[in-house]
Amino acid sequence: MSIYINDKTRVLVQGMTGNQGSFHTGQMLAYGTRIVGGVSPGKGGQSVEGVPVYNTVFEAVEKEPADASILFIPAPFAKDAALEALAAGIKILVLIPEHIPLQDAMDIMAQARQNNAVVVGPNTFGLVSSGASKIGIMPNQYFIPGPVGVVSRSGTLCYEIVGHLTENGVGTTTVVGLGGDRVVGLHFIDVLEEFEKDSDTRAVVLVGEIGGSAEEEAAAFIKSSMSKPVIAYLAGKSAPPGKRMGHAGAIIERGRGTFESKVEALTEAGVKVADLPTKVPALVKEVTDGK
Amino acid sequence: MKLYEYLGKDLFDRYDIPVPEGRVVENPEQAAEAASELGEVVVKSQVLTGKRGKAGGISFASSPEEARLAAEKIFNMELGGFTADKVLVEKKVQIEQELYLALTVDGTAQRPVVLVSLDGGMDVEDVPEDRMIRWPVDVTVGLQPFMVREICRKLGVEGNLQKEFIKLLPRLYKLFREMDAELAEINPLALTSQGLIAADAKVTIDDDALYRHPQLPRIKEKTALELKAEELDLAYVELEGDIAVMANGAGITMATLDMVQHYGGAPANFLDFGGGADVEKPSQALELLLGTNPRVLLINIFGGITRCDVVAEAFARVRESKGIDLPVSFRLVGTNESEGRTILEKAGIKSFTSMDEAVSHAVKLLDAS
Repeated sequence: MSIYINDKTRVLVQGMTGNQGSFHTGQMLAYGTRIVGGVSPGKGGQSVEGVPVYNTVFEAVEKEPADASILFIPAPFAKDAALEALAAGIKILVLIPEHIPLQDAMDIMAQARQNNAVVVGPNTFGLVSSGASKIGIMPNQYFIPGPVGVVSRSGTLCYEIVGHLTENGVGTTTVVGLGGDRVVGLHFIDVLEEFEKDSDTRAVVLVGEIGGSAEEEAAAFIKSSMSKPVIAYLAGKSAPPGKRMGHAGAIIERGRGTFESKVEALTEAGVKVADLPTKVPALVKEVTDGK
Repeated sequence: MKLYEYLGKDLFDRYDIPVPEGRVVENPEQAAEAASELGEVVVKSQVLTGKRGKAGGISFASSPEEARLAAEKIFNMELGGFTADKVLVEKKVQIEQELYLALTVDGTAQRPVVLVSLDGGMDVEDVPEDRMIRWPVDVTVGLQPFMVREICRKLGVEGNLQKEFIKLLPRLYKLFREMDAELAEINPLALTSQGLIAADAKVTIDDDALYRHPQLPRIKEKTALELKAEELDLAYVELEGDIAVMANGAGITMATLDMVQHYGGAPANFLDFGGGADVEKPSQALELLLGTNPRVLLINIFGGITRCDVVAEAFARVRESKGIDLPVSFRLVGTNESEGRTILEKAGIKSFTSMDEAVSHAVKLLDAS
């Protein structure tokens, strides 16, 4: 089992003929993702890695019904492409681009709510149900099947942590990248709720960072509604207040979003917080071994 | 991008949000001239730092001579590391009550949110939660009069003031949406005998949407290095320590800094050079770091989109052209790892596979240097 996507999920790639689009189409196919079509306006009739390319999302889903779409579209055009996918009935939308304007992101989320669609990102590496389907840009080799669900705000740091798990022989059910922007489609609690319901997920690793209140909200949810153990790692302990640390959302403002407040909230909810990425596997094994 | 108060007020004026009559001046003489036209005035430093008032960046003047002296003092004053190029001289407003009004983004609700309080003028974080009304707005519906009436009911506001709010709030919402603002804040919003007037303006425009607003001036209150990093599209923040850090990805860069601290060192900077397969970006990032004269260089690469060989190549190239004679700790794993390691070995650089080892090695190098 897995959450959001599985080996039957039929996937479109918007922006398939571009550099990133074609490279990651190849990588996703190699992982086993069922990519049924690509969309690049004006490039209809071409193919990438043997997958047919269409001019519009509507045309693509007429030919090949699809559940999900992943966008490799420059930020200024991402809103149009995202709204097109939602209008054509796509229910899982993965927004890879960084620098999508905030107002555009809010427009996309409003439409997705009306259509009951799930948006992952923007500014995300995507999501992967290990061994079944990858809709994203993460390196294939680290994502092997196992009992741990992972949800993260950042990309490379998530690879680092999943890499440590893999090294220690601990695989993953689904790994979800929420994205580093201020407005993103999924929050920790949405994904935690799914992991709680997923019978194969026995423990959850939460990778957070300073800024905002998502980790505090997650802590409240864990305390009230989760029976499965949660391990966390948080980045930004040494970050000075008022400075944006790379991600739009990673900033301590007006005394909110500090490392200490997040650790305190999570610890109080019974979450074990690792002080180094390398210490995550041992904490995970403590709660999964012998179960 | 934060806008100076006078630019925020220009926007307010364009959206029919009342602001006090004022002049932007560039020297004390012009301030005196403005005061002779306006009468009793307030003289305000145009810098981006908050707490401007407490720091002495705002003074009142009841004659042109007083305005000249006040402006002179303000032009010579350093606030938050910056001195003002411009001063705003405004007609003094007779305030009956100070209110608070803002539009910002609620990340959890994924919506714009209206914030209103009858307790304005003070720091917003000092306003008790229950005295602040928050109303998230569905962008497909927009800010409607009924929402303002409901906000007013919660505030206990009726009559003329309610009418004023019903006029004002949709204008601020329109500005917020059309101008791609992240924050449009009026604090204080002054209640006067002529109605509501925006006595201050704090507007932040979304950097990612600046391309849609070519008419807005570009404001750069940053250090020279941060400006250069911005030109190169690198996420860079100066810190106090002496170990220069470069990594790919915001989260892992933060985690690297944390680990430097964990092992007893102090990072000199945050530098996330992002992803990509281009050799230019890491080269420029390296050159920028070397320009800061750090004592140790720590590079942490976990290659996904980023290719290890490209970063190693960039390092070898910069080392050859600029000469890197400071101690270096290099961590390299992921896409094209072995190719990258070969390049480094040829250059005589030992690299690590684990982040822990590379970071603790960097701290040891610092202690030895």
